[in-house]
Amino acid sequence: MASHQIGPMKNDYYVKPVSRALDADGGVCQVTPGSASGYYETPMRRIFRRFLHHRLAVIGGCIVIALLFMAFSANLISPHDPLSLDTQRRFIPPFKDFSFILGTDEMGRDILSRLFHGGRISLVVGIAAMFATIVTGLAVGLMSGFYGGRVDNLLMRFTDTMLCFPQVFLLLVLAAFVTPTVISIALIIGLTSWMEVARIIRSQIQYIKEQDFVQAAFALGASETRIMFRELLPNAVAPVMVSATLNVANAVLMESYISFLGYGIQPPLASWGNMLTNAQSYFDLAPWLAILPGVMITLTVMSFNFLGDGLRDALDPRLRM
Amino acid sequence: MFHFVVKRFLQAIPLMIGVSIIGFSMMHLAPGGPLAVYTLNPTITAQDIERIKHVFGLDQPVYVQYLKWAYGMLTGNWGNTFFGGRPVLEVILERIPATFLLMGSGMSLAMIIGMIIGILGAVKRYSVFDYLATTGAMIALSFPTFWFGLMTIFVFSLKLGWLPSGGMYTLGGEENLIDLLTHLALPTLVLALVLVAQWSRYTRSSFLEVIHQDYIRTARSKGLGGGRILFRHAFPNALAPLVALAGIQLPWLFSGALITETIFGWPGMGRLFVDALTMKEYPILMGMVMITAVAVIIGNLMADVINALIDPRIRLE
Repeated sequence: MASHQIGPMKNDYYVKPVSRALDADGGVCQVTPGSASGYYETPMRRIFRRFLHHRLAVIGGCIVIALLFMAFSANLISPHDPLSLDTQRRFIPPFKDFSFILGTDEMGRDILSRLFHGGRISLVVGIAAMFATIVTGLAVGLMSGFYGGRVDNLLMRFTDTMLCFPQVFLLLVLAAFVTPTVISIALIIGLTSWMEVARIIRSQIQYIKEQDFVQAAFALGASETRIMFRELLPNAVAPVMVSATLNVANAVLMESYISFLGYGIQPPLASWGNMLTNAQSYFDLAPWLAILPGVMITLTVMSFNFLGDGLRDALDPRLRM
Repeated sequence: MFHFVVKRFLQAIPLMIGVSIIGFSMMHLAPGGPLAVYTLNPTITAQDIERIKHVFGLDQPVYVQYLKWAYGMLTGNWGNTFFGGRPVLEVILERIPATFLLMGSGMSLAMIIGMIIGILGAVKRYSVFDYLATTGAMIALSFPTFWFGLMTIFVFSLKLGWLPSGGMYTLGGEENLIDLLTHLALPTLVLALVLVAQWSRYTRSSFLEVIHQDYIRTARSKGLGGGRILFRHAFPNALAPLVALAGIQLPWLFSGALITETIFGWPGMGRLFVDALTMKEYPILMGMVMITAVAVIIGNLMADVINALIDPRIRLE
């Protein structure tokens, strides 16, 4: 089950199938009970309204947008080169020198610039890992749910087996096997965290497959591929979106764990995780080295978690915890 | 009941086989394979490698190698460490008590605090406390364990000087219980943080499901007190998902212990794992991966059996 997960237990966000009304086929609308007579609310608008209702999710969403902006424009907004060393200016505390607003580290590098660039790496790894997770999970879940029988049995036993390994152990072993790059780290994280997604998609597909419109497609002689990608997949979008958001949070955390232990992104390249590696040695002298990157990781993970929580509420209010 | 237990044990066997296949393939995927330590040594010639391969049976078909390896695993022959040549199983086993002590204390603390928060949240649903608790749980789930560890060291040992920052006993000091407990306090707190969040969320939703059922209303209408309803009527029925959670959490508990042990220099399995990683001690790494996976399978099996004991509905399914 939700095993390896450092973050919300994934069981929490199993999202029940959405109605056909959510499909982007335009015409299908629904009257909101209790609303003014004659007012029709489109499904998209209803989801948006519910999302806005969840205040922390809106704040999380705003922070996520700000973080993405930071990642995209790290080069432009950084006041200094994150790699330029100068032993003349080591350990400047934050808010002492205005050209180094958040201070400098043990090699005199500007912390603000390193936070921006490190954030870019952490987010790129997190998002790439999320894609790897979702693609693998979708493939396994779709095949398992669609074909059923022996295929399902085999794939699910494999999923169960993978869930027996604590994720950090697997990650560290695999990270020690490969040359650590942004891509390889993202792939490793994806390969060790797709299991919950696969389970969610599988149960979703099993449910949708029994619906009349899918049975009709079968009866009309639609091909397997067509049914999988045109009928089943679009109706599994809601849980996929929720898992995707929460998976970014988990992947950012995982990247910071393995980078902190020295098996992720390699110095001098900054990531939030590896900025903390040496921080423990300078605790007395420069506590800000340990505090700032951790605050950024927590803020990022928290924002994605709240955003995912809000999306779940918006897409299916029945599951509100 | 007997049938249920037997059935669950039989279901665990394919999992064990799956785990062993993945473990075995990972060892062969390692750069240099199982012979890494020899191939990387410049004084060993190609002929030597061939001879070693023959001695270790690595020139045999893969399935023969797998069966031999699996047999070794079952009979406790886990190979020797590259450096020092000690039996891997012995090296791992001596680290287990420290890790289990840490995991046990972290889990107990988390269960007590998490359940109290969860029950209060469910009883006073949508109150300020409930709102703070659910939001707080979400925030706690977002904390990187290692960073929280660093922060507790910073506050409690560096600034306040209340507790030691690492190790299991004071160096050169007397190894007594008080000393152990002061060293255990911070790692336990760090390990428990995320677990508390999970326990409180699960307890809350599990209780909410139970306390809105008819029999609770009946109990209330016949005039029973709130405490009696909660603990005598609601608690046993809300317990099953929580026992399952204890099993589900195990893999995370191992991962969390690894991180916590690294931060606090706690001499357990996690530290051993990280040290083995720097030394490229593949036999230890693989042994640890296998032992944690098997522990997870056994833990989940136990959770299922306990659940069947307390809830007859489960064993009749």
